[in-house]
Amino acid sequence: MKLFEQPAHVLHDMLVNKEITSLELTEAVLARIDEVEGDVKAYLTITRDEAIAQAKAVDEKIAKGETISFLEGIPGAIKDNICTKGVKTTCASKILQNFVAPYDATVMTKLKAQNPVIIGKANMDEFAMGGSTENSAFQKTGNPWNTECVPGGSSGGSAAAVAAGTAVWALGSDTGGSIRQPASFCGVVGMKPTYGRVSRYGLVAYASSLDQIGPITKDVTDCAHILNIISGRDEMDSTSVNEEVPDFTKALVEDVKGLKVGIPKEYFVKGMDPDVEKTVREAIDKLKELGAEILEISLPNTDYAISTYYLISPAEAATNLARYDGVSYGERAEDAADLVEMMTKTRTQYLGEEVKRRIMIGNYALSAGYYDAYYLKALKVRRLIKEDFDKAFEQVDVIVCPTAPTPAYKIGEKISNPLEMYLQDACTVPLNLAGLPGISVPCGYSSDNMPIGLQIIGKALDEETILRVAYTYEQSQSFHNDRAQLGGN
Amino acid sequence: MSYEAVIGLEIHSELKTNTKIFCGCATTFGAEHNTHVCPVCLGLPGVLPTLNKRVLEFAIKAGLALNCEINKFSKFDRKNYYYPDLPKNWQTSQYDLPICENGYVDITKSNGETKRIRITRIHMEEDAGKLVHSGNTIKDSDTSNVDYNRTGVPLIEIVSEPDMSSPEEARLYMEKVKSILQYIDVSNCKMEEGNLRADLNVSLRPAGSDVLGTRTEMKNINSFKAVEEALTYEIERQEEVLEDGGHIIQETRTWDPDRGITLSMRSKENAHDYRYMPEPDLVPIITTDEEIEAFRKSLPELPDARKARLEEQFGLSAYDAGIITSSREMAEYFDAVIETGADAKLAANWIMGDLSKNLNAESLEISDSPVDAKRLGEMIGLISKGTISSKIAKKVFEEMWKSPDSPEKIVKDKGLVQITDTKAIEEIVDKVIEANQKAVEDYKSGNKKAIGALVGQVMKQSKGKANPQTVNQILAQKLG
Amino acid sequence: MKVTKKDMENVAVLSRLDIPADKEAQYTQQLNDVLEYFDNLSAVNTDDIKPLAHVLPISNVFREDVVKESLDRDLALSNAPLKEDGYFKVPKVLED
Repeated sequence: MKLFEQPAHVLHDMLVNKEITSLELTEAVLARIDEVEGDVKAYLTITRDEAIAQAKAVDEKIAKGETISFLEGIPGAIKDNICTKGVKTTCASKILQNFVAPYDATVMTKLKAQNPVIIGKANMDEFAMGGSTENSAFQKTGNPWNTECVPGGSSGGSAAAVAAGTAVWALGSDTGGSIRQPASFCGVVGMKPTYGRVSRYGLVAYASSLDQIGPITKDVTDCAHILNIISGRDEMDSTSVNEEVPDFTKALVEDVKGLKVGIPKEYFVKGMDPDVEKTVREAIDKLKELGAEILEISLPNTDYAISTYYLISPAEAATNLARYDGVSYGERAEDAADLVEMMTKTRTQYLGEEVKRRIMIGNYALSAGYYDAYYLKALKVRRLIKEDFDKAFEQVDVIVCPTAPTPAYKIGEKISNPLEMYLQDACTVPLNLAGLPGISVPCGYSSDNMPIGLQIIGKALDEETILRVAYTYEQSQSFHNDRAQLGGN
Repeated sequence: MSYEAVIGLEIHSELKTNTKIFCGCATTFGAEHNTHVCPVCLGLPGVLPTLNKRVLEFAIKAGLALNCEINKFSKFDRKNYYYPDLPKNWQTSQYDLPICENGYVDITKSNGETKRIRITRIHMEEDAGKLVHSGNTIKDSDTSNVDYNRTGVPLIEIVSEPDMSSPEEARLYMEKVKSILQYIDVSNCKMEEGNLRADLNVSLRPAGSDVLGTRTEMKNINSFKAVEEALTYEIERQEEVLEDGGHIIQETRTWDPDRGITLSMRSKENAHDYRYMPEPDLVPIITTDEEIEAFRKSLPELPDARKARLEEQFGLSAYDAGIITSSREMAEYFDAVIETGADAKLAANWIMGDLSKNLNAESLEISDSPVDAKRLGEMIGLISKGTISSKIAKKVFEEMWKSPDSPEKIVKDKGLVQITDTKAIEEIVDKVIEANQKAVEDYKSGNKKAIGALVGQVMKQSKGKANPQTVNQILAQKLG
Repeated sequence: MKVTKKDMENVAVLSRLDIPADKEAQYTQQLNDVLEYFDNLSAVNTDDIKPLAHVLPISNVFREDVVKESLDRDLALSNAPLKEDGYFKVPKVLED
């Protein structure tokens, strides 16, 4: 394997053993960008000079014989809705095209303490609204397995970069599947931690009660390491959980014997791609073969998850995005006679179609006369959906199902029909509504050779068990060693 | 037809915390614009609020002092509307589960009648920033400048029931609320700095009816005078409209204190669909009975209790005790005067009289009085001992206002000691009798009033220092 | 069509968005489609169900009342579209 194809834990050992330098590694990744970025278009900002400087500093440290942390000197990408002090944070929106945050997100502060090499900011659906990264105001990212296909979304840039070898690791954010679904589409590992496990301070809000930052990596081992770094209570985030963070790498054991794995029957119905169903069933068989106990379970309110999610998230988005008004930051429309006109013109001109659509859905659902029937109703059904999981977890340790109902589809194929796009999120949004952790690991390919992901869902704050199941499954297969055929590779 | 006014108040009070409600920026008044701001209060993308613990403590104390129930489960909500002084375009406030509900205060009207004004609720929220206009008014400037220093300063909003029926009652209610907030030390209540301001709701109905009329609202009224004037004007205006057969339009009106009128502010109807939603970035607040009782125990003696105590302990009239206890500072000043051993009624008279007159003339708070309680107490002691007369005391007090000297020293230095030495007074009396034979004759021929002129002459010649009682006695003796 | 022209106008004002005349029909249709789909929720009995606003059972998270350093003013204003003398500058305000 080439350097840029290696997972971080392998590269870390090579750095420690002085087989490579961070500069060599960083230059290899930058060269890979030169080679494939024209097709993949995963990045909105590339901080090349800073990356080289960071790499050199790490090499000096190693030369002096100092010990290095896990991510030290290893290049990664940050989704462009995570605030990075002094570097643009655009959320792939024209309204923030020149916005430079004067502060770092808490995850950035935690990462920077580890001295990683930050390659740049990754493309995404505008304000994380979308499942294909086609809603970026700046560029469409290609899936490294077939650049005519979408990488998934909204963290499509992060997943594509890891899959293309233009980043070793990446951070994404997941509101309704935005880490897990692109990880599934791009054949990499992506985890949405428990709501509250990772601080949201500095993550540009889409839907605050659902958003969560998480790692996108080449394998489960890297995922556990990065989760160790970014987790923990943050005094800047009142919703972050004040619980001791376990060492997640301790969960990397090959053993699922006796573990109860629930298979929710509602996740295997209408609209599912036959390749996905077949592949996921094979993975479930594999878990059984490895000693897990497979139980069919029911999550009866699953059918209502899409409606619930697409009422709550736009309602929260409508208020979260009200701040983009041209007053104190972001773009401002010219030639407005008064304040109201300035705000309206600014938003109309600089926000994208899908963002506007969700703001309007949200304001409709919150407006007088419709509030009870839509927004309040959705909050009540949300409780029922959460209770479904509570009941299921009385019987089982983890729940396993597909991450997405289809593999990656062609760019432009679904974008014109919002409702069809929303229905793609059926397997991922229930976890966000219930606040639960979930991971997507590669489990095979479609007949078109596009990756398919297996989703493993855990109890709140029990990322350890899903990491254990994911790791055991991963080690029994070799999908995590496969790489997209791209460029000269 | 005669009408009855129905008035309700929403009082906003800034809390005297060190930091803002949701971030660590300082709340100091008068700082250079846009220097007390951070990513959180600027509403930058990605920021989250964290609740200042003291805001909750102050809100609970205010609720208990205003006789409210404390909600054991309370939460924050987003109140959505667009305004440039509101960086997120929502105000973090409380909607259906405010921290306090169902309270009341009692007010005493000038006719001595007591009335209970119910409080619907008290909730916590953040203040907005300030727009600074280049033109004369908001409407004739081409641009506005925004200062976000005040954005996020903690507020409590105290919402009354529409229980008031006159401008006087509204003013008394607001004064009472102010007094209570000052007693419990949760707000500076400096109205000129906007610490305390009220939205006034008023409607009219035929006297005796129990159907509510259409109301109008006047926002951000920040003086007691303006509360009374704005309501008086608005009640008259509504009366005229109704008398002319017109209808009151439900609207927000602005009070123009210079012209003494209220004006309609045209606004779009649907701009007031606030679309409240639970604030997902703040977690609920759960309060236990034990915590509530601990707060209740921590409250100081409140105005009503203190007033009753002054009446009982010192025999003050209800009126005097009411004035003395209307502010915590004045009540504490009174207590400190009494502690020097001064007579309580004299102390009350001096505080309500010369001291208040001088403070008002110079717009000073009692806490900044040049004459502190100790010196006033000493001066009152001199009166009681007969060292100075009440009349001389006025001179001594004026001197004390200008100099830090003790009253004894001033009396001594200025030679203001009352002459009680009979011999010295006799000498003056003799001179006066000698020089005023006409008055002496009048007196002797039965016009007893003529003695007044002679007393006046003696006092004049003694430069006011002679003890008037002694003068009277000696004169009466000498004239037989 | 459950979404009326008036609904769309109201939503546009609440959203501070202009709906261009040539897009109005499309926006209305799309909003209508999703709302009709969302109506599947009416089949759920939620009579005794309390709304779920906070998914984790966390409460009483506070910050001590201690002053932290504010942003340098130039940095606070660094993203302002228009500024003057340390102020953010906006067009005139016509509406309440």
